[in-house]
Amino acid sequence: MEYEIVVGMEIHAELLTNTKIFCSCPTKFGDPENTHTCPICLGMPGVLPVLNRDVVRYAVRAGLALNCKIANFSKMDRKNYFYPDLPKAYQTSQFDRPLCLGGTVDINVNGQTKPIGITRIHIEEDAGKLLHESTDGTLVDVNRCGVPLIEIVSEPDIRGPEEARIFAEKIRNTLEYTGVSDCKMEEGSIRFDVNVSVREKGTEKLGTRTEMKNLNSFRALERAIKYESKRQIIELKKGHPIIQETRKWDDVKGISSAMRSKEDAQDYRYFPEPDLVPITITDEEIKKAKSELPELPEAKKARYMAEYDLPEYDADLITSSKEMAQFFEETVKISNHPKQIANWLMVDIPAHLKEKELSISTIPFVPSDLAELIDLIQNGMISGKIAKFVMEKMFTEDGSPKEIVERNNWAQMQDEGELQTIIEKIVEDNPKSVSDISSGNKKAYGFLTGQVMKATKGKANPQLANKIIREVVAKKIN
Amino acid sequence: MSISNEEVTYVSKLARLRFNEEETKKMAKELGSVLDYVATLNEVDTSNIEPTEHILQVSNVFRDDVVGTPLSNQVALANAPDQENGCFKVPRVLD
Amino acid sequence: MNINRLTIHETKEALSKGEFSSEELVASYADRIEKVDPKVDAFLLKCLDDAKEHAKKIDSEGKTESSILSGIPYALKDNICTKDIKTTAASKMLYNFVPPYSADVYERLQNLDSIMLGKVNMDEFAMGSSTENSAFKTTKNPWDLSTVPGGSSGGSAVAVAADMAAYALGSDTGGSIRQPASLCGVVGLKPTYGLVSRYGLIAFASSLDQIGTFTKDVEDAAIVLNAIAGHDAKDSTSLNISKKDYTVNLKRGAKGLKVGILKNFNTEGVQEEVKTAMDESIAAFKDAGAEIVEVDFRYFKQALAAYYIVACAEASSNLARYDGVRYGYRAKEYTDYIDMYYKTRSEGFGSEVKRRIMLGTYALSSGYYDAYYKKGMQVRTVIINEYNKIFEQCDVLMTPTSATTAFKIGEKVDDPLQMYMSDTFTVPINIAGIPAVSIPTKLDQKGLPIGIQIVGPALGEEKILQAAWALEQSFNFRKNQPSL
Repeated sequence: MEYEIVVGMEIHAELLTNTKIFCSCPTKFGDPENTHTCPICLGMPGVLPVLNRDVVRYAVRAGLALNCKIANFSKMDRKNYFYPDLPKAYQTSQFDRPLCLGGTVDINVNGQTKPIGITRIHIEEDAGKLLHESTDGTLVDVNRCGVPLIEIVSEPDIRGPEEARIFAEKIRNTLEYTGVSDCKMEEGSIRFDVNVSVREKGTEKLGTRTEMKNLNSFRALERAIKYESKRQIIELKKGHPIIQETRKWDDVKGISSAMRSKEDAQDYRYFPEPDLVPITITDEEIKKAKSELPELPEAKKARYMAEYDLPEYDADLITSSKEMAQFFEETVKISNHPKQIANWLMVDIPAHLKEKELSISTIPFVPSDLAELIDLIQNGMISGKIAKFVMEKMFTEDGSPKEIVERNNWAQMQDEGELQTIIEKIVEDNPKSVSDISSGNKKAYGFLTGQVMKATKGKANPQLANKIIREVVAKKIN
Repeated sequence: MSISNEEVTYVSKLARLRFNEEETKKMAKELGSVLDYVATLNEVDTSNIEPTEHILQVSNVFRDDVVGTPLSNQVALANAPDQENGCFKVPRVLD
Repeated sequence: MNINRLTIHETKEALSKGEFSSEELVASYADRIEKVDPKVDAFLLKCLDDAKEHAKKIDSEGKTESSILSGIPYALKDNICTKDIKTTAASKMLYNFVPPYSADVYERLQNLDSIMLGKVNMDEFAMGSSTENSAFKTTKNPWDLSTVPGGSSGGSAVAVAADMAAYALGSDTGGSIRQPASLCGVVGLKPTYGLVSRYGLIAFASSLDQIGTFTKDVEDAAIVLNAIAGHDAKDSTSLNISKKDYTVNLKRGAKGLKVGILKNFNTEGVQEEVKTAMDESIAAFKDAGAEIVEVDFRYFKQALAAYYIVACAEASSNLARYDGVRYGYRAKEYTDYIDMYYKTRSEGFGSEVKRRIMLGTYALSSGYYDAYYKKGMQVRTVIINEYNKIFEQCDVLMTPTSATTAFKIGEKVDDPLQMYMSDTFTVPINIAGIPAVSIPTKLDQKGLPIGIQIVGPALGEEKILQAAWALEQSFNFRKNQPSL
């Protein structure tokens, strides 16, 4: 019997606002515990929330980027449950009137385009953090309480682990591109929960699903779905029913396990938040927000292929991160050699970044430096080989590429007379090569060029060297 | 309308309140009599009536995204029944 | 001259003339509190030393004239947060809570240099109609110490009625200002929902709660309303409208006013003398040139039913934050964190609060939302429409405030439903979010005050105060005084 894996996703992304959703506390990550709190996010008695304007702006932007319909009327609701990381004992969220509804995202799977439905996007507040570092208890940090989130809920349109990863990456890219979230998985500013079920191929009815949490990387997400679907299939084959539960992924052990089920039934007692008024958005405002959307990855990719003549593979890779695309565009503005820039961005730069544990956003040089490097090659100042050394130094040394070249005395020998002398001597010392060439073995040119490079420590301009070698050898043969 | 002891127990769990057997019975009786009274709501035909979620006909009340001054850690924790390392402290929570 | 008997405007005049200083005024109130409060138990926290310091400062800086409330002493209901001053909502749950912030109303009064004498008693979390639900003490009605002062703002009503404060602030969710004002013989005003900021008012039912005033006469009510009304950016439900001076048209009289009375109001359970007071009020309005119009209001029972559902549902959520984690009471012994929640909440809340949390939780729980909460909100719409119709026919509506005068302490504690019924005339007003004022008219045979309620359309404060002032002139209730 063949099984089909069905996946739906719930994605929480922290919005890039300066302040929390209902109070003016900063949202900054990584500061000491309980230093970003106020009576409002501490849930003290009698205080009231006021909605951050930019939360709505960002959420609308995310909705438009994911092709959702923006609701003209939406409202906030309370979701009631007790937990030590939830000061008010309710999460202010949206229940039946979310901000965005019914979107769709196209993903590319094996060269095919596949639409994945977005059920809804709503705004809500994040909870705090529980720290388990105390010997005889649990500590509560309220800093994250009230950090604004959007929750994106997908339809169960995803089939299998790879599609899930591609979809998740696509969502991450889109949110990053639109400036809605910084999407740092490692800091938890974007969190993917997946609902996994399996069913016999060809059947319609969805199987019982489990929800998987603690997926801290795209790799973990893909592995977790692989593991969980396999586990479910094994259970079914044994004739065991699937239990609807929440499971926690352990990426080190590569297994998932059921989370301790909460003592109570889930009965959140949603009701309209009386302390906040509804949100209304006119069609004109939606239209305006749409016109202000930045260029999204799809459009950018198409433009790179058309405008810069980049191969699809290159365009796809460069646009896969907003920062990479930005670096590319700024470089190409200064040095109009898109393919070369793309090559640097796809091969050497990522390798150095990886080695130095940096990212494109923390790269130690600017686009104009890369442009300068490429121009140095184009002008024949340095060879492609030397350029790789220059690049290496650009990660470790100060100064522009030109300065690095000068400092290391790497500039190509441009003086024709000096090169002529060196070549004449080499030709003199290698009569066998000359005779080889004269008898039709052109490969010997290569050997002579190698000798020239060796003698000049790689600084000879190869084109110039070749030209002179041919002239000198021709004279000799004649 | 009568409310069973089981219903009282279910609701008390949602509310994180605990009642002994006697209190549960008493609560069931009291809630039952209030709900009998509440049944008078059904005398009003509301089939085409929108619920009033907000008395005010106001929407879009926002604040600007400008950072204010948070409380110091010490003030934030000043009322805490228990604390450690600048955090509120509770008995161990297992997840 | 008995300084403590004076109204705000009388006190201000005397202060201006130099008949006494702020310091002397506060000292006089402090003496009165020390003498009388042990009998009536209105204060939970006295801030008399700070009050005296504040008065001295006002005198020395010559600020007695800086605002109409400068130097005037008042009492605050203990569910209104005061920075660095303990605020308990009369609950064991908050027995030691010191807020690091202030309610908007308190800030406004501080800025006007009015002098806070202390925090006064109430039903726990404002849930009750007798102030018997306080976790700390039972406040007595100064007109008869064996009776309740009403509630939930019983302490505020008593502070003013017993001349322990020139005025007081309270909160009104279903009658919690007007009913105790009625039972204690003072003026109690509940403004339109949204007119006064709720920021810093410990929430009972967010869509119904409103802060209002207790004063010795109607003019004072207008004066204090001027001080506390106004937009507050910290409260999303605060109305952003231009400020009004409620004293300007106050004394226009009732001539030409259309005063509505209920044609079908259910007289069952209404005390005979309350009916008589209603009749005399009608006569007084007619004498003053008002037109009496009979109107219909059909939904007293349903309003009360809707009120208990909506208020308790919101309360069940608003009071969920009291968990012993960040502030307030925490149980001493527990087995784990969940047990800590259960014990903290079961020990920290009183029985009425628990009853309402249970009712509200039930009404919101899975499967019951539509039948209770949604239905309650729909009935709310019906009631609002009913009032809109009424105010097409009249300027203000007059009803009793409470069906009876003050009842005995302990009389209704075992019958929650009976206790709830005592809010019949006040609750529909909160359901509709409209303003109402209760004014004292006369004493019944037992010597207990009878209050009359004047109701207006949304933002109709000017009109109801104008009508109430006219009625006040014909009764001259202030000739009466409780003997303490």
